[in-house]
Amino acid sequence: MSLNRVLVPVKRVVDYAVKIRVAGGKVDTNVKHSMNPFDEIAIEEAVRLKEKKLAKEVIALTVGPSKSNETLRTALAMGADRGVHIEVPEGSEVLPLQVAKLIKAVAEKEKPELLLLGKQAIDDDSSQTGQMLAGLLGWPQATFASKVEVAGDKLTVTREVDGGLETIASKLPAVVTTDLRLNEPRYATLPNIMKAKKKKVEKLTPKDLGVDVTPTIETVKVIEPPKRAGGIKVESVDELLSKLKNEARVL
Amino acid sequence: MSLRGQVRSLYKQLLFIGREYPAGFEFYRARLKAAFLKKRDLSDPEDIRKALRQGEFVLKELEALWFLKKYRHLKQKYYDQ
Repeated sequence: MSLNRVLVPVKRVVDYAVKIRVAGGKVDTNVKHSMNPFDEIAIEEAVRLKEKKLAKEVIALTVGPSKSNETLRTALAMGADRGVHIEVPEGSEVLPLQVAKLIKAVAEKEKPELLLLGKQAIDDDSSQTGQMLAGLLGWPQATFASKVEVAGDKLTVTREVDGGLETIASKLPAVVTTDLRLNEPRYATLPNIMKAKKKKVEKLTPKDLGVDVTPTIETVKVIEPPKRAGGIKVESVDELLSKLKNEARVL
Repeated sequence: MSLRGQVRSLYKQLLFIGREYPAGFEFYRARLKAAFLKKRDLSDPEDIRKALRQGEFVLKELEALWFLKKYRHLKQKYYDQ
């Protein structure tokens, strides 16, 4: 028996290689964006399940502005079969709980047996969506997975925990969040991106799913981390000693 | 696909993967073009196939490098503490 559907939510984030800048009390988002690397790992795992004939269909889902469509296309190019795009206005922030509610609404419609998520997004680093989603659905959860095995309606997941690995077994349906060492995501090649343009993407709004996405948290301030001060040259050993004693206070 | 088509497709794929080459796209493009021009006089189909295989190997290497770059970045940011 194989899974009928695997649902993989993905997020469009500022590219991992871009240095984050704060301009006018806000993070400058006018830079290159790409798919959250942990979500790439989730897509890869879902596609591998499909290639091993353990899953029939992989659905990619995203919540974000119209530009997130690009991220969804990357997921489709990596091997997902179709996409669902829940569109929100540009610049609006959707909180993890609201995202979890949106994913839950889609999961109830699509009825996947497995939900694969990245463990966290590299922009807000919340690491909350998967856990809250499992809570909302009442499904078992296996977070920080470094190995996922599916057999029948049984799921065995090896988790990365402090100081070692933990292996847990659960029933399906379940929520799994991926850790870095789960797999090596493939590159979305040009021919595959071209082919992905023919795949179907369903557009929805939070209203269609009956979820309120007005922010419940107010961002008070966004500041850059303090700049690292440059080093200095000391003239003599005595000066060095005095600086170490009085300024660095390490002696 | 004809050999000519295969070569063109390889060139396009190599261009695509080099969009964010660390030394700049123009740096990359110039070298890529030079590498292709160097083999413009090949006429034996077997030689062309050999060159294609070499190009595909380079493409795979570049993909692996991108993966490694991302993996190292994440490992450094989230795991080496």
